[in-house]
Amino acid sequence: MGKFQLITKGLIKENPTFVLLLGMCPTLATTTSAINGMSMGLATMFVLILSNIVISAIAAYIPDKVRIPSYIVVIATFVTLLQFVMQAYVPDIYETLGLFIPLIVVNCIVLGRAEAFANKNSVVDSALDGLGIGLGFTMSLTILGLVREILGSGSAFGFKFIEGDGILAFVLAPGAFMALGYLIVVFRKLTSKK
Amino acid sequence: MDRLIVSPSPHLHTKTSTKSLMRDVVIALLPAVIVSVLFYGWSELLVLGVSVASCVLLEFLITKYLLKGACTIGDWSAVITGVLLALNLPATTPWWVVFIGAVVAIGVAKMTFGGIGQNLFNPAIAGRVFLLISFPTYMTDWTKPAGFIGNALSDGYTGATPLGIAKEGGVAALEGMDYLQTLFFNIGGSAGELSAIALLIGFVYLLARKVIRPYITLSIWATVIVFSGIFWLISPEVYTDPVFNLLTGGLLLGSIFMATDYVTSPMSNWGGVIFGVGIGVITMLIRYFGAYPEGVSFAILIMNSVVPLINKVCHAKKYGR
Repeated sequence: MGKFQLITKGLIKENPTFVLLLGMCPTLATTTSAINGMSMGLATMFVLILSNIVISAIAAYIPDKVRIPSYIVVIATFVTLLQFVMQAYVPDIYETLGLFIPLIVVNCIVLGRAEAFANKNSVVDSALDGLGIGLGFTMSLTILGLVREILGSGSAFGFKFIEGDGILAFVLAPGAFMALGYLIVVFRKLTSKK
Repeated sequence: MDRLIVSPSPHLHTKTSTKSLMRDVVIALLPAVIVSVLFYGWSELLVLGVSVASCVLLEFLITKYLLKGACTIGDWSAVITGVLLALNLPATTPWWVVFIGAVVAIGVAKMTFGGIGQNLFNPAIAGRVFLLISFPTYMTDWTKPAGFIGNALSDGYTGATPLGIAKEGGVAALEGMDYLQTLFFNIGGSAGELSAIALLIGFVYLLARKVIRPYITLSIWATVIVFSGIFWLISPEVYTDPVFNLLTGGLLLGSIFMATDYVTSPMSNWGGVIFGVGIGVITMLIRYFGAYPEGVSFAILIMNSVVPLINKVCHAKKYGR
């Protein structure tokens, strides 16, 4: 697999949200608007790349029996870093995403990539894999957030184009499930032709 | 030559088909439709028209262009969904809100699950609940538009529903309400909740034509009466009485026409009783303790989702065993 493919496979073929259906909790909960979705995606990507690099570097020294706790420790380290950085520079987004930032520690995408890719591949490959999957996650969350924001509040990226409220259900939980379901349908339809 | 036709059994068929059953339901809905149009006038006609037309049109477009399969609008089920959705909305609902409701009812709740016979949730209820959480301002606008008759009351009349009044001001606020009035026409509410008599006529027609069995409907009524009866006997100044709970809100409409939907209700009679008791209890819990004044639609949706489990427990006895 070429280096470039490592990045692109996360966008389409192994898209974490629309194909693998991983990380549903932050996906459904934080995509009330395009900006929120994108921030969550970028935050996850940051942790994903760094934890992939470190885990692939130290994988050879971790005993097999304690590998999951070890991964968690590595991931938690970067999440704590991310939390402090976000609190300092983007406090608004940090407030909105709230609990879902610390919850990246147990995000199954991050843990999944560590277990399925980083512990048996080189550092560079793992970094590219983290970048690809992270971009895919960011893309999906932004699209989902954008759809929900347009339908639910009549705005896109915070820019309001209709007066008043939209279809409120799309800002709430049921709309998240419906929008995600139909986006998966569209995604499947678009990718199956290729 | 081909006078003798050889075919495998069964050779005797009943004349009932999906189409004839659905047409009977439409006929049973007519009294309620007529009363609502008479009392709410042109605006109710518009809601009904938009709802039925968009439901049928959407089903046609989806079956023809999206699924590219057999077109199922001939079986009248989309018409029923349209009528029920319209009866579940206030007569003042704007046409585009009705259209969104039809998209959710037919597009999301019915066709996504595979069309008639496959839907997990009653389409009309799903559409109504979606609109209720999406457009709370339109969905609780109980302005009474000028109707064809009944204008003696007043030209434009704004009023909360009896259940809404009870939720806001407690039982004392209902002082002076006349049950006879409830029986013939409610003061405010969704279009189909107007007249208990009209809905009961439809119920009798459905039973007489053997379109539905009475177990689900009767068990909902019994549960509501028993549940509210117990609370009312304990403290009549806090909780509304059983007759009030039976006649107001969407209880009759929901229990007669929507809980008894073939696809989304249990198959066996005992299953139907369990289903009905569940709807009754959830409805009364929402009415007495919930945030919304009315809970019939939520109750039906919740119980719809456990129908597969009920079917598993109460399956019909196999023939010959």
